[in-house]
Amino acid sequence: MIQFDRVSKRYANGTDALSNVSFTLPAGELTFLTGHSGAGKSTLLKLIMMIERPTSGAVVIDNHNLSGVSNSGIPFLRRKIGMVHQSHHLLFDRSVYDNVALPLIIAGFKPADIGKRVRAALDKVGLLNKEKLNPIMLSGGEQQRIGIARAVVNKPPLLLADEPTGNLDPALSAEIMDLFEDFARVGVSVLIATHDLTLIAKYQHRLLTLREGTLVTDREEDGYGS
Amino acid sequence: MGRNATPLRTPKVKAPKPPKRKSVGAKSAATSFVDRFQSWQLHHRDSAKDALRRMRQTPAASAMTVLVIAIALALPAGLSVLLENVSALTRGWDGNAHLSVFLKDNVNESQQRQMAKQWGQKIAIDRTEVITREQALAEYKALSGFGDVLDALPDNPLPPLIIVYPEDTSPKALEDLKRELEKERDVDTAQLDVEWIRRLHAMIELGTRIVSALGIALALAVILVVVNTIRLAIESRREEIVVVKIVGGTDGFVRRPFLYTGFWYGFFGGLAAVILVNISLWWIDSPMAQLITLYNSDYALAGLRAEATFTLPLFSALLGLSGAWLAVGRHLKDIEPQAF
Repeated sequence: MIQFDRVSKRYANGTDALSNVSFTLPAGELTFLTGHSGAGKSTLLKLIMMIERPTSGAVVIDNHNLSGVSNSGIPFLRRKIGMVHQSHHLLFDRSVYDNVALPLIIAGFKPADIGKRVRAALDKVGLLNKEKLNPIMLSGGEQQRIGIARAVVNKPPLLLADEPTGNLDPALSAEIMDLFEDFARVGVSVLIATHDLTLIAKYQHRLLTLREGTLVTDREEDGYGS
Repeated sequence: MGRNATPLRTPKVKAPKPPKRKSVGAKSAATSFVDRFQSWQLHHRDSAKDALRRMRQTPAASAMTVLVIAIALALPAGLSVLLENVSALTRGWDGNAHLSVFLKDNVNESQQRQMAKQWGQKIAIDRTEVITREQALAEYKALSGFGDVLDALPDNPLPPLIIVYPEDTSPKALEDLKRELEKERDVDTAQLDVEWIRRLHAMIELGTRIVSALGIALALAVILVVVNTIRLAIESRREEIVVVKIVGGTDGFVRRPFLYTGFWYGFFGGLAAVILVNISLWWIDSPMAQLITLYNSDYALAGLRAEATFTLPLFSALLGLSGAWLAVGRHLKDIEPQAF
């Protein structure tokens, strides 16, 4: 689903954010990505979202080598990726429903279809009864779940989450993690970037650790944790 | 259960919980071309409506922008209406353009009439009019009030005169004809009586140029006003643009609401300009009519041309659209999803 092949990223100011990173995430797997601030997590996510392009190496998403994707093709690639942010990135000038419907409107779904899909996604995250509210009226955990509903509403094959539990207490974190595991179970590749070591310890999933731009641990491949 | 009990590569097989809902699958939902086209149309309609709604949400700020555009357009539009009126009013006066050809004193009346008849047959000359020395004296006495003084003179001091009405009243043709007639043997001098009309025409020409330059400058000002308004709109919707870009909105999708906003500002500005010009014309109509009556003319002030009621708002809408395009092109690139 995601394949990094000897990927390096050097920014214009000379810092090497990533060097020679290779890994493969198959479909239907949940993977943690961790590392200190500045270790390259953000850069790795940016390369997947095509906010940045690699200096060398190849990033392949859903069988598309991203080096072959033109700038005008970036929006269409991003439609295959659901993105969940720590800060939710919800729009407070519209209802929960309209927030979740946005990716469908952008992708050009039929209005009738949009209603069904939005309600299915809201049902999945347990907020079907809140669709008419403004997200500002909801709690942090609920806002995060709306962000998740929006990320999965057009059923992307890949789900990225950046510190999805960053602001949540353990019980809410567990709910969110259950959701992610559900998505992985039905075949979505889920990549969760997090600092939360208790979360990583609690859920036994593959773990990629970055340190100063290199991949130092791959819990599955080096047998760590087994 | 040990920490490694769940094989990581095959989560489907050893799922601890069944999937809650089948609808969330790994296959990306696809849309047909027809769906996307209809959705594109729908988004155009929604963007147009949404742009209007946002303008209504900030009525004072929107009205200000619309009025600035309206004033910027009403000024050149109103001035050009006035210029058109002036040139329409003076167009008829060209027909009166004539040359006064003064003959030498020794030319007698029959010679004078003979010359007038000959000249009247020239191609460049429409007709001629003979004013004999006696006629000139009588007329001068009647009009000047110096009758007694003239009576005191031993001789009639006025020269014989032939008024020449040319075919072509353009300044150059008049000048040529004047030069030609002055070469005639018995001609003392020829005088062009249309200098002031030529000056007037030159002034109208100058006025037209100035109004055009003003129009171009103010059209640019309209574009800049819209650029600035749209720049602020983009700034206030930065978060929304970031989200739209993250979930795969194309540049066109992001641009569309702003382009419609620019279009509407221009359109309403143009419409308000039409109203402003018409109010101003109505305002000056009655004093203007009085002034024209004093000049013994029955000329009626012409208003904004009927088609301008449509063309001015449309032209203005295009200005708004280009302003929005400039603003969007310049500022949307700066807004990229960065927060991770």
